[in-house]
Amino acid sequence: MANIMIRRSAEGYVFYMPKRDIEDQITSMEFDTPEKWGGEIKLKNGGCYFIEPQSAPERLPYSVRAKRIDGVE
Amino acid sequence: MAALTREETQALIAEVLEVYPEKAKKDRAKHLMVNDKALESSKKCITSNRKSLPGVMTMRGCAYAGSKGVVWGPIKDMISISHGPIGCGQYARGGRRNYYVGTTGVDTFCEMNFTSDFQEKDIVFGGDKKLAKLMEEIEMLFPMNKGISVQSECPVGLIGDDIEAVSKKMAAQINKPVVPVRCEGFRGVSQSLGHHIANDSVRDWILSNRDGQAFEKTPYDVAILGDYNIGGDAWASRILLEEMGLRVVAQWSGDGTLAEMENTPNVKLNLLHCYRSMNYISRHMEEKYGIPWLEYNFFGPTKIAESLRAIASHFDDRIKEGAERVIERYTPEMNAVIAKFKPRLQGKKVMLYVGGLRPRHVVGAYEDLGMEVVGTGYEFAHNDDYDRTMKDMGDATLIYDDVTGHELDEFVKVMKPDLIGSGIKEKYVFHKMGVPFRQLHSWDYSGPYHGYDGFAIFAKDMDLTLNNPVWKMLKAPWLKDEATAEKKVA
Repeated sequence: MANIMIRRSAEGYVFYMPKRDIEDQITSMEFDTPEKWGGEIKLKNGGCYFIEPQSAPERLPYSVRAKRIDGVE
Repeated sequence: MAALTREETQALIAEVLEVYPEKAKKDRAKHLMVNDKALESSKKCITSNRKSLPGVMTMRGCAYAGSKGVVWGPIKDMISISHGPIGCGQYARGGRRNYYVGTTGVDTFCEMNFTSDFQEKDIVFGGDKKLAKLMEEIEMLFPMNKGISVQSECPVGLIGDDIEAVSKKMAAQINKPVVPVRCEGFRGVSQSLGHHIANDSVRDWILSNRDGQAFEKTPYDVAILGDYNIGGDAWASRILLEEMGLRVVAQWSGDGTLAEMENTPNVKLNLLHCYRSMNYISRHMEEKYGIPWLEYNFFGPTKIAESLRAIASHFDDRIKEGAERVIERYTPEMNAVIAKFKPRLQGKKVMLYVGGLRPRHVVGAYEDLGMEVVGTGYEFAHNDDYDRTMKDMGDATLIYDDVTGHELDEFVKVMKPDLIGSGIKEKYVFHKMGVPFRQLHSWDYSGPYHGYDGFAIFAKDMDLTLNNPVWKMLKAPWLKDEATAEKKVA
């Protein structure tokens, strides 16, 4: 589990992990509705993380705990 | 056009790596790449922010250097105590030439060395009492200081002193912010972690100090982040922003004050120059205070114009007109500079090896002068830096991460650049090799290089270095040409 920060750019969500200084585009997010948000997120660099599904944050950037499922570190 | 083709550059990397043992070769190969503009992510081609190999020469610094030397040191009205043995503080004092306005020793303290001067007994019995006494003395001798930061050196972390407790106690006693910074040199692989730790301590101890207090805002408030005013850089940047109609509330941290930092949460936009050392606090302010941040580049007229327009796009038409006005005003001046120096510098090749933002940011300035950057590299970058660098560099150019002494020497011998830009540790090696060299950490005691005014100085300095007649007269004593050597034998 690691803290990540999600922010929005012109191209969509951006993933950032302060601990490892990984910054990347999020290519897909499993749930992206106001009620249910999160789940498996896939990064452009091939990484895959999991955020406990929750109601969408009121504003971005938003810090949240995420679990690494697969991919480059 | 690159100096070498892609295949030649690949071959050069392979050749340079040949001298290493198998394991070291495998490791170092990951840190060297040939640039490919088509690539989106640097992840697969270059590894960065890893521990340097034992036995090779690295130019990296330590976490203390990143925190005390880079981020905290230039804050002029705070006193940074180098807590530990005396050497770290003494050799880190004033070396980066962070200019500031003020009377040193009265209301500003950047050039002074405050240290707890650890002795054996402090290691054995702990240095907390000494630290408290030191702060009392500081308060008595320098009552106009606005706050104190405690920069830990290695032994403090090793013996487990509780500098947080001392800081809290003393903060209450002197009624000023006292910030413990856990930036022991052994943390992390380079100074980069020191920047991160320093940013985190600013976030925890400084940033929210004035939350809720009245502040007279304007819609045009900005803060300059990650400009350390080396040779006056931040001043050369600030005048451009002010000329286009913005109000610069804070400078982080060159010529900056504690009050400026505490007021930063009130700005409309954070302008980030050194991404590597201050992105952490920008991201925090974006999340907590909803302040967007923007990376900009004030090296060379092309990039300055781009950046001024990008900055203006966050504001209304008044600022947009202001930006155009500034660009228009300086363009004839810059054209004159380029007309003067471009013929003397056209087509020359440059190799860079610096830290922070410069390996990618100065590329535009060299291109404005008709020069070409054939190789670049960072001491302590992370992958997000290389993602950005790949866009700025030409195809098939060489990129090296945490390059070793051997590698850099060999690259220079083969690629034969006309100018090298790096730091003091490399300077005299390349001078002896007879290659024109410019320090790009401290601008070789010149500067500023940021902004339009800075570019004129930059162009002049590059010309003075590169076209100096001394390089033709210089030959290392052991490099006698064969004819004279044979004559002696005969």
